[in-house]
Amino acid sequence: MSKVLMGRMLAVMALVPTVAGAARLNLACGSVGQEQELCRQGAEAWARQTGNEVSLVSVPTDAGQQLTMFQQLLAAGGRDIDVFRIDVVWPGIVGPFFIDLRPYFPESDRAAFFPALMRNNTVDGRLVAIPWFMDAGLLYYRKDLLEKYHQRPPETWQALAGTAKVVLEGERRAGQARLTGFVFQGKAYEGLTCNALEWVDSFGGGTFVDAQGQVTLDNPRAVEAVSFIASLMGNVVPRGVLSYEEEGARGVFQSGNAVFMRNWPYAWALANSAESPVRGKVGVMALPRGGPDGRSVGTLGGWQLGVSRFSAQPELAVQLVKYLTSAEEQKRRALVASFNPTRVALYRDPDILRANPFMGSLEETFASAVARPTVTGAKYNQVSADIRNAVHATLSGRGAAQESLQKAHQKLVRLSRGGRW
Amino acid sequence: MARPRETSLLARQRARAAWVFMLPTLVGMALVAGWPLARTVGFAFTDARLTDLSAARFVGLGSFVSVLEDPDWWTAVGTTVRFAFVSVLLESVLGMGIALVLHRRFAGRGLVRAAVLVPWAVPTVVSAKMWAWMFHDVYGVINAVLMWLGLLAEPLAWTAEPSLAFWAVVMVDVWKATPFMALLLLAALQLLPEDVYEAARLDGAGPVRSFFRITLPLVKGPLMVAALFRLLDALRVFDVFYVLTGGGSETQPMAGYARQWMFEFQELGVGSAAATLLVLLIALLTAVYLVLGRVRLDVGES
Amino acid sequence: MRRVAFAGLVGLVLLYTLFPFYWAIASSLTTGSALFAPRPWPAHPAWSNYTQVFAQQPFARNILNSVLVASGVVGLSLVLGVTAAHALGRVAFRGRRTLLLALLGVSMFPQVAVLSGMFELVRGLGLYNSLPALVLSSLVLTLPFTVWLLTTFMRELPVELEEAAVVDGATPWVVLTRVFLPLLGPALVTTGLLAFIAAWNEFLFALTFTLTDAKRTVPVAIALLSGGSAYELPWGLIMAASVIVTVPLVLLVLVLQRRIVAGLTAGALKG
Repeated sequence: MSKVLMGRMLAVMALVPTVAGAARLNLACGSVGQEQELCRQGAEAWARQTGNEVSLVSVPTDAGQQLTMFQQLLAAGGRDIDVFRIDVVWPGIVGPFFIDLRPYFPESDRAAFFPALMRNNTVDGRLVAIPWFMDAGLLYYRKDLLEKYHQRPPETWQALAGTAKVVLEGERRAGQARLTGFVFQGKAYEGLTCNALEWVDSFGGGTFVDAQGQVTLDNPRAVEAVSFIASLMGNVVPRGVLSYEEEGARGVFQSGNAVFMRNWPYAWALANSAESPVRGKVGVMALPRGGPDGRSVGTLGGWQLGVSRFSAQPELAVQLVKYLTSAEEQKRRALVASFNPTRVALYRDPDILRANPFMGSLEETFASAVARPTVTGAKYNQVSADIRNAVHATLSGRGAAQESLQKAHQKLVRLSRGGRW
Repeated sequence: MARPRETSLLARQRARAAWVFMLPTLVGMALVAGWPLARTVGFAFTDARLTDLSAARFVGLGSFVSVLEDPDWWTAVGTTVRFAFVSVLLESVLGMGIALVLHRRFAGRGLVRAAVLVPWAVPTVVSAKMWAWMFHDVYGVINAVLMWLGLLAEPLAWTAEPSLAFWAVVMVDVWKATPFMALLLLAALQLLPEDVYEAARLDGAGPVRSFFRITLPLVKGPLMVAALFRLLDALRVFDVFYVLTGGGSETQPMAGYARQWMFEFQELGVGSAAATLLVLLIALLTAVYLVLGRVRLDVGES
Repeated sequence: MRRVAFAGLVGLVLLYTLFPFYWAIASSLTTGSALFAPRPWPAHPAWSNYTQVFAQQPFARNILNSVLVASGVVGLSLVLGVTAAHALGRVAFRGRRTLLLALLGVSMFPQVAVLSGMFELVRGLGLYNSLPALVLSSLVLTLPFTVWLLTTFMRELPVELEEAAVVDGATPWVVLTRVFLPLLGPALVTTGLLAFIAAWNEFLFALTFTLTDAKRTVPVAIALLSGGSAYELPWGLIMAASVIVTVPLVLLVLVLQRRIVAGLTAGALKG
């Protein structure tokens, strides 16, 4: 008997005794500081309202290790966790172990969320998770420096390079030797895959693997995009980005040593915190387009809530998910800790905009955000590794974009087993 | 201690007791080394995935083929072998230098010796983090000092550029492992007879000459053994690379490659195949080293 | 002139070995943005990184985990090692050479070679994400060299003692526990210390077989240390944590350096 079938039977059998009395749900949400605290408050509020109990499961801090833990648990049909918080690239991986939420969220409910996220969370026609809070890549820039040199915020990557050069030249003459033009996440890890997706898709080079599962990585537009960024290495972009994660980039930008930075929305609050040297001098906008006929692309990030198909109380678990992703709860999270809502309407909520003035400008970015290829299912980690390694090799000057992408393309084709993954 | 044959009954009794004494260790080694190793080799011939080991199917040499066809594997092989030889060579030379310094008597020698030992005792992760911070391209003290001295015009990205990152890792490893070499060589130096040097000095040989003519040949044995230990250690390197460079394929050792396939990509079969290849490579290099260096590992049939 | 040159050489050696520690201490006392402007010594040294590493992280728990795992490993290794060494060091029996070579072989093969098999074993025994899993797996590292080292020490004990005891009708067990063990005190300290350091520093198994923060040992905790939000990388905290775990080791080395050197040389030179 297959594991899935067994799990389904377990779930059905367990449904009977939960009809009456208080039940207990296990929830795995963030394990870091403020986020965990917010999650606890939300879960407790629901528990009080409904007379049930929720306990938070301790999970690894590191996202990769979290995924490993979840996969092992689910593969063994484990019932220890009812509601999972999953990353935006995991639906294809853990989706088969989650229940279909469409019956519980009618069309009208589903339409309230950003469509890109709902598409991302739909696997083989099944909605496996509801978006909880979201992220997308943004461009941060130094308003003061751009004004000083009469530059406008750049619409295209080419303009970004040009503007950065003007500012750098002027500032270096003024003795600012440490200033750099543009920093991003260039270390060979998941963050580089996100950055590369933004460059490539903004040049019209696609999303590495298309929705049907065909590998599209190696194409002239993609090569042009990666080559362009590689050409900035050592002049506009410091070679140190090759080791930067989010915080490496933010450290440089926030200490006043970069004109432009690509980062997630979290950097906004920190760049404007009381002890930040660039407080009040920072602007934020959508990422540049890849030339005049390109488009602006931010990689979609964020976290979703899904219900395990091995849960003993799936109905109840769905209720908890409904509560946590409701407009009221998302608003609370946005007000208290600037978590970006996944419901479109909240970006016009006056209270939220008063607390987070920058969120108004995010709506468009989020609406057009592009997801990483989830059609690759359980092989996503390999796909991402091959892409970022190829891009990293090009940026570090080991092989032209053409060769690196071509090599990675061939590896992915072999891995994809002709698009079936 | 091996007594004559006349007490053969006693000897047999003692042999039996010896096996009883060995039993717990043998069981322990079989459990934590023999069995896991056998299973790893077994997994290498299957398509096992981490999430469901019981669903593994036999695929023959398939996993080995996919490792050997992967250019990243060969990059890892190159990185590891180069790392092992470069770092052990540097450690031997520097270790010899430090040993010669410590061989002289001077005030505070004990303290200096203890100070030299400290890097060896610190966890590799900690030393890698300390150096990663010093190597930081913007805030690192190394760039700051080099630029202050005028040796650098602009900061270098020590841990980011694959070519520099390799040397950064070597530097950390040398820092950590040189004490081991130095103290072993020091112990060997202190066993050398004084009178040979006396004779050499009477013959008018300078310090350089007597080092190459007398010291080096005499400590060659211990040096070769110590270098072998370090070499084996360096070939299975994992944590320095993991902490310092963070897993890009351009600077990844073989052990990191195997672990990535096992636990990040969840392909236990492929990862196990890579691990098995690493064992084979180490065995091969050890054999070559022992034959070429004419090192005899005396297993104490004294 | 030559003495100055020699002193310079000693100074250079000391600078090379000790500067990273100095820099870690200086950085650990620096807070906030001051960390991003390197200077020889913090303008306003502060302890806040040290208090925060315990407040924000379960670092005390991580230290306790490391101590528990390392002690367990040392205890098991010594008990198994002494009995095995007694056989290998004092009795000439057939297969002894093979056993010693096998132990040497095990101490040389890479950890990653047992990783997947060990993972299966740990999961099969229900020990995943628990400290006993780390004790069990670390034995691979410590047991071979413990046996090897104790065998070397055991061999150096005088034959006469043993013979006298045997003549008195003592069993091998009595010989080991009553005659040899008291003499082996220093050797046990040396061997135990080396095993302790090996287990304390172990990273790969600890990284792979634990998941939650509360089960981590110190090296993994430091490698994966994160700040208040998922993205922050707090160098000040990392340096503080590094200093905290280094200080006890430095003290151990200072106090017991002769023993350590004796152990290292016995293991390698006579090996």
